[in-house]
Amino acid sequence: MRRPHEGEEEDRGAPEGQTLDEIPNQSAWTLRAGSRVASEDSRRGYGSYRGQSTLSIAPTNRAGSHLRGDGSRPEGTVIIAVASGKGGTGKTTVAVNLACAAQEPVRFLDCDVEEPNAHLFLKPALTRTEPVCIQVPVVDEARCTACGKCQEMCRFGAIVSMKSGALVFPELCHGCGGCAKVCPAGAITEVDREIGMMESGSCGLISFVHGKLNVGVPLSPPLVRAVRRRAVAGSLTIVDCPPGTSCPVVAAVRGCDLVVLVTEPTPFGLHDLALAVEMARKLGLRCAVIINRADAGDRRVIDYCAKESLPVLLQIPEDRRIAETYSRGEVIVEAIPEYRLVFARLWDTLAGAHG
Amino acid sequence: MTELVVISGKGGTGKTTVVASFATLAPNAVLADCDVDASDLHLLLAPVHLREEEFASGHEAVIRQADCIRCGACLAHCRYDAVQNTKGGAGEATFTIDPVSCEGCGVCVTLCPVAAIDFPVRVCGSWFVSRTRFGPMVHAQLGVAAENSGKLVALVRRQARRVSDESARDLILVDGPPGIGCPVIASMTGATAVLVVAEPSVSGRHDIERVLALASHFKMPAALCVNRWDINPAMTEEIERVAAAQGAFVAGRIPYDNSVIRAHIAGLSAVEYGGPAATEIAAVWRNLWTML
Repeated sequence: MRRPHEGEEEDRGAPEGQTLDEIPNQSAWTLRAGSRVASEDSRRGYGSYRGQSTLSIAPTNRAGSHLRGDGSRPEGTVIIAVASGKGGTGKTTVAVNLACAAQEPVRFLDCDVEEPNAHLFLKPALTRTEPVCIQVPVVDEARCTACGKCQEMCRFGAIVSMKSGALVFPELCHGCGGCAKVCPAGAITEVDREIGMMESGSCGLISFVHGKLNVGVPLSPPLVRAVRRRAVAGSLTIVDCPPGTSCPVVAAVRGCDLVVLVTEPTPFGLHDLALAVEMARKLGLRCAVIINRADAGDRRVIDYCAKESLPVLLQIPEDRRIAETYSRGEVIVEAIPEYRLVFARLWDTLAGAHG
Repeated sequence: MTELVVISGKGGTGKTTVVASFATLAPNAVLADCDVDASDLHLLLAPVHLREEEFASGHEAVIRQADCIRCGACLAHCRYDAVQNTKGGAGEATFTIDPVSCEGCGVCVTLCPVAAIDFPVRVCGSWFVSRTRFGPMVHAQLGVAAENSGKLVALVRRQARRVSDESARDLILVDGPPGIGCPVIASMTGATAVLVVAEPSVSGRHDIERVLALASHFKMPAALCVNRWDINPAMTEEIERVAAAQGAFVAGRIPYDNSVIRAHIAGLSAVEYGGPAATEIAAVWRNLWTML
């Protein structure tokens, strides 16, 4: 079977040598997961693996929806975003092991561009590097009449009109292009300013892309969006999101089919999970929960999930071997064989392919 | 006045654990939770709000449908995909603006030929001045899916400085956000020093270089402590070596200790609860003062 590789964004068909019918669930691309979290299962303290098909996800392109995926959601793609309100709960661990346990080609997008880490575990051969830029203004001093229209336009204080002409502060610029549009003298043109880079490559069945924000650059969402646009048509995509609930996360999760929220059973985990759920719901996205270090804390997270009817897809036990494996940069499903089954079962839960 | 900012690059390494414990140890501090996205310090410090204010920042564009001539200029000019034509195809075009995507740049407002776009101020969250058992605290909650967290962080720090001046407290302890982007930059610029809490993993090692590069970009003295260091002693040593080479002061190591989780479930700081980690956090605190 051909491995997915670079330049496949335009690809609309099934991977070569494989018809759509041969790929399990490809024609329907329906993900299903159990939602019986309020049931006996969760009260007994483990997630429901027996899918009840109430969480079913079809690859509609949502044209006409108020949520436009800004081109980050090609046709036929199923996008699973792994996110968490709180950092360090195991997002990357879940995303990486999910990708490694997949039985079919997956696209892995590391959108945690401030601190991208997934490559440390997947160890892809990064064969392509491309800069990501936003457009910032430059002023032609000979033409500038110091009329002040650009300063009036700019909401971010990135261009200041002085007697001698307009002065640009590129690090404050959001790249809206307003100043160039309103300049009556045509003195403003836009040039690229690099904010980071995208690197891509592959490892096994996984085709990998990550974004890396330049140090000292405050503006990460344009880079997150650039990475998200690399979802491939007709394939399964896993997005490793930044932590939090504000603009970079919104840019990473928009238009995905399922947000898998990784949390831990602590007061911090619960508080930040609730925020992340609120964010996902505000964006009209489905979400499900994975509880990491499940036996290390108390029951409040599982009770919350029951109350909110959130499917608990998996509970990962507190296991020092996981922490040690992770610390060495190894993939858990490879280093501790019993977890291969756990993540394979997670795919079953997601795909509704029981037994 | 001393302003110590605790950051981590990578999330979940134990920033808030460390800050809450420092709050327990510091006799005369003002606390500032600058992780406005997912603030957690209040869960341990049980603040009583003395003052609550809305945080309004920037604007958002709203099309007045009655005045809109459906020319589509706003759609053509918007670079953030915020303008949507909700009735494409056969139906008559209806342009609306998705508030989550709107960057608040005002380009559509200025360029609308019939001035049919309003531009009201956007409420992005709330901020609080509170009383805790360890002294005053300034904290905030950014609205979900909101932006401008950097500005809210700057506001929290400004208020913390005001509280510190008014109450004659000479130390501000800042619980910083994860990452290296806008909120982190806003939480550290102009502070006295940063303490980076790292974890001994390949991710921790990777992130420490970026976060220390950020500190040196802003010419700030930096200290390091590795949390749960005994998960991978060799990696701990490597991280300490990397940090020292980048000019950071190595302030100590905190062991893996389940009593930290038990402390948090009880609503206490690690130092209040006690345990091996608490002992070492206290040592880090003392060492930091030799640096400061």
